[in-house]
Amino acid sequence: MSLVGASIRRLEDPDLLTGRKRFIADLAAGCDAVAFVRSPVAAARIVGMERPNGASVFTANDLSGVGSIEPILYRPDYFRARQPLLALDRVNYLGEPIAAVIAPTRREAEDVADAVFVDLELVEPVVHSSGALTDHSPIVHQGAESNVVVSGVIDTGNVDVVSVSAVEQVELDLTCHRQSASPIETRGAVARYDMEAAKVTLYASTQMPHVLRTAICDLLNMQEADLRVVAPAVGGAFGQKMCLPAEYAVIVWLSRHLRRSLAWIEDRRENFTSSFHSRDHRYWIRGSFDGDARLVALEGDLVANVGAYSCYPVTWGVEPLMAMAELPGPYDFQSYRVRARGVSTNTCPMSPYRGVSRPVLTLAMERMMDIAAERFGLDPVEIRRRNLITQFPYRSTTGIVYDEGSYVASLEKAAEVVDFDSFRRRQAEARDDGRFLGIGFSVFSERTGYGTPAFAPRNMAVTPGYETVEMAMDPSGGVEVRIGASPHGQGLVTTLSQVVADELGLPLKSIRIVHGDTDRSPYGWGTFASRSMVISGGATKLAAGRLRDAIAAVAGDILEAAPEDIRLAEGRAVVRGTDRGVEISELARHAYHHTPKLASDREPGLRANASYDPAGTFSNACHVAIVEVDIETGGVRLDRFVVVEDAGLLINPVIVDGQIAGGVVQGIANALYEEVVYDEAGNILTTTLFDYLPPTASEIPPIEIHHLETITDASVTGAKGLGEGGTIGAPAAVINAVSDALRPLGVQVMEMPATPDRIRRLIREAIKETA
Amino acid sequence: MSSLRAVTLSVNGVECKVEVEPRKTLADTLREDCGLTGTHLGCEHGVCGACTILIDGSPVRSCLLFAVQCEGVAIETVEGLASDGQLHPLQQAFWDHHGLQCGFCTPGFLMLAKGALAENPDLTGDALREVLSSNLCRCTGYQNIVTAVEDAAARMRS
Amino acid sequence: MKPAAFDYFAPESLTEALTLLRDVEGAKVLAGGQSLVPAMNFRLTRPGALVDINRVPGLDSITIDGDEAQIGALTRHRAFEQPVVPGPLGRLMVDMAHHVGHLPIRVRGTFGGSLAHADPAAEWCLLARTLDATMIVRGADQERRIPASEFFSTMFTTALEDDELLTEVRLPLVGDGHLVGFSEFSRRVGDFALVMIAVVVEVRDGTVTEARIGAGGVSDIPLRLSSAEAALQGGTWDSALWAGAGEAGRAEVEPFEDIHGSTEYRRDLVGALIQRACRQATG
Repeated sequence: MSLVGASIRRLEDPDLLTGRKRFIADLAAGCDAVAFVRSPVAAARIVGMERPNGASVFTANDLSGVGSIEPILYRPDYFRARQPLLALDRVNYLGEPIAAVIAPTRREAEDVADAVFVDLELVEPVVHSSGALTDHSPIVHQGAESNVVVSGVIDTGNVDVVSVSAVEQVELDLTCHRQSASPIETRGAVARYDMEAAKVTLYASTQMPHVLRTAICDLLNMQEADLRVVAPAVGGAFGQKMCLPAEYAVIVWLSRHLRRSLAWIEDRRENFTSSFHSRDHRYWIRGSFDGDARLVALEGDLVANVGAYSCYPVTWGVEPLMAMAELPGPYDFQSYRVRARGVSTNTCPMSPYRGVSRPVLTLAMERMMDIAAERFGLDPVEIRRRNLITQFPYRSTTGIVYDEGSYVASLEKAAEVVDFDSFRRRQAEARDDGRFLGIGFSVFSERTGYGTPAFAPRNMAVTPGYETVEMAMDPSGGVEVRIGASPHGQGLVTTLSQVVADELGLPLKSIRIVHGDTDRSPYGWGTFASRSMVISGGATKLAAGRLRDAIAAVAGDILEAAPEDIRLAEGRAVVRGTDRGVEISELARHAYHHTPKLASDREPGLRANASYDPAGTFSNACHVAIVEVDIETGGVRLDRFVVVEDAGLLINPVIVDGQIAGGVVQGIANALYEEVVYDEAGNILTTTLFDYLPPTASEIPPIEIHHLETITDASVTGAKGLGEGGTIGAPAAVINAVSDALRPLGVQVMEMPATPDRIRRLIREAIKETA
Repeated sequence: MSSLRAVTLSVNGVECKVEVEPRKTLADTLREDCGLTGTHLGCEHGVCGACTILIDGSPVRSCLLFAVQCEGVAIETVEGLASDGQLHPLQQAFWDHHGLQCGFCTPGFLMLAKGALAENPDLTGDALREVLSSNLCRCTGYQNIVTAVEDAAARMRS
Repeated sequence: MKPAAFDYFAPESLTEALTLLRDVEGAKVLAGGQSLVPAMNFRLTRPGALVDINRVPGLDSITIDGDEAQIGALTRHRAFEQPVVPGPLGRLMVDMAHHVGHLPIRVRGTFGGSLAHADPAAEWCLLARTLDATMIVRGADQERRIPASEFFSTMFTTALEDDELLTEVRLPLVGDGHLVGFSEFSRRVGDFALVMIAVVVEVRDGTVTEARIGAGGVSDIPLRLSSAEAALQGGTWDSALWAGAGEAGRAEVEPFEDIHGSTEYRRDLVGALIQRACRQATG
């Protein structure tokens, strides 16, 4: 019986359910505590500092021989900013670490941090991207010519020619405000100093232990063997833990320098002020449509506020450049002229957050489609049907190649599931009663499983992408699978075990997945960008195939049969078509302890490695939201949310659905609830969960999920990635639904989150205009 | 610094004698002094609910209580849910229904649900969602948590 | 986010508590702690000492005496989820109690603590102001009675002196002939409301003979909306009258603004929620 495809319960769960599992803060026992003195303002020169007598306080001046974070993108238009681990003579955002304090407990460390006085001379801050682009704006980084720190243009050269023949042009200005990924577990790092080995083990809440080790060793001029990085259980990350935090490097430096074990557990306020933010985009786009309502050309000017510093390894080019390359989404047109810019400001640095730019670019394309549909008198399903890609492989106007998907089929299935026609009737009846219901569609592609072929065109100094898996069967017959990916809630231990179990004909209990430990797992890039099941899963399947061959070879020696005639199932190796067989665990003994019985050229032991580095594969989906807008309060209630997803082969359907539902809820949050707010002085006004608003169980409807399964040969497991899709598609579905509900008032929502205040303002203005 | 106070806590039916500063929260005390790290801290201002435990059977935020306040009350944490290696019906239902992903918020949800079901064993639907809205989960999208609690409630009633 | 150090006292009698409040420099009362402790964790407040009144007996009773409900300050929010007070007031309090934070907050948080904290968007502050409650305030040497109209000074500030303790709140019962309604709007379930409205009216033969409308989340303290009340007074109790009251309420407020709601938006809410509270009062 195949385990792949079965909704088995997760192997990860018993330890999590009983409180046994160790998260970063659970590993701090016996360590001294670190707290950071942080900048209370957005921009200032550091004039001086007074520290309490006898306190253990470390500043940039103490960090001798330490480099600065300087992520590199090899592009002529990329500005290489240098971020010191602790602010040197200038602070560039509120929350920037200035000094590290050590005390026996966090309580006392905060007492000391409170007593440190930093003398700051304020300078005029740059906060919002609109202001940052004006001629009179101060420039955040010395040496930069402007606040544009990265930019790009894609121009197919034919936009003007093509758009002359357009019968409709749809132009829109869109804003997506700033978000925080806000994992429930904040960041944290525990550095344990081993006196005997003179080696530090850094336990860190991270998505990328190997890359973190490389980054810290580069900064501290260390050999990687002198630092072990371990990711314990990680309490959510969503991208906020995929880049290098300055604080983690400081903890390692302090631990080595002082030969002490130290812990820094970020608190929620720090998480809001100082842990990577995301989004904060403003787009202008204009689509030209021909007489058949087909999009023929697209122009755009995309601006991303990328904060004070570039993030390692993906850099502050990741948001604007991805937006530029992937804006076309699932639509078929070949005429494109888009400029994208990343703008530096005196705000918290940014890191990719689930979906990266795609929630915003999907919003832009899907808003445009709905507005075009209105102009042409078409319904939202028909206009998309006319414009979606249907031939595969498809080469987009920006040069990206899409493998086979089910774009039109997902749309049509979704329309059928929500019964679009009967909704329109219900909507009309409700409007007669003074109620405002709306429906919103969102069709999108999710590029997943980016290997180095997908990352290489970005010209990063560090090109991520492949994954390696090392697998060995021990003499007891157990299989250890060491992976470079670093799962933290995705259930990868379970799904990879399913893959291995099927390949080797072993029960799940024989399999151990080892991850998140640089001393125990092969170099890998960690878990982000909907990559793990595709890439690490692919490498796992390849390695398991090789291990199966190795086991079959030993079985062939013992059973005196050709290895290709050996079949592994239910813990046994049997010769096909016979009843001759042997327990696999017995073969393991032979492979280690009875090598003289084996063929003379047989290597002792049972092990296999594999790497996998795919070009990527596209998932696709259609989301539909049905909402009711309370026009008096501007409140939005979600009545229904439907997802038709195509993520290829489903290894574990329940885990897949969990990823989708969780992603959708973060997308709904993006659309309606969550916003990091800075005032004009660069003060952050959302430092509590009273003010930054992740939705609760009461705001969220059940998410209805349906599947299509297009099997791709772009992924060796047949699985496509899907970790981000929910977050990518949901905002557009919700915002389109709100706009649809308010159509009688002539309201188009172009800003998210669409808060009640903003919705009311639009309604007030619309009513004023009609009056 | 203020002096240490001796406090005897009753946690999961076991006495835990600690010496703490008055300012030490119950959550920190459980984690650092009682060695019970299953109670997690996510916000330390009473919103996320990761630190939810039971006091005399009712759910409370352990980040908003000081250990010095808690002598003489019965404290229950996630570590006390399973007995003799048997998962509590809530734990079993969360497992069966994929009610957790990263698992960080899970102990808080389990304790919240236990306290709420003790008071109203029939909690379901919107009323249940309203109770569960006390705590934040960033991974699951909530539906599987709702389903798990409903299923556990049914198991516990029968 | 760990609080600054403080001294801790857990008196076991009211006299002892009041003496401590008088004698200990910088002492602050710890009741439910559901607002105080978050503020301490953020170090927004750093009391030198806490006087924990949770072990003081007699502060958590609910007594009905004649035409008033005497509510001990230490009564937990949770207690009001059931109709513990007779008549329309009990129903109103059940409705309001469900909007006070979340279950774990209601388990610990107290009625009196909420009033003494004086958040402008707190349900019990609104109730006290709408019904003209009387605060019973004890110091070591004296007792004061403060009407709600004088109790709230400004945001998070009351007429309580540092050495005084709010021990009891007296709420006038609402007669059986009255209608009560409550409506609030918050971003998420359990959040502090952006605006909340409480309505208590007496309607005889279809005509309003007495009207009280309270608004929270609008100003630095809970307000009575006198223009809106006047708009109801003497009118025929129907949706047109409610709309008129909503309009009057909109016009008379000048709400503060914050990241969740502009002045104009809160004004809109006042208008809408007055009508909803009236409709809800009608049942």
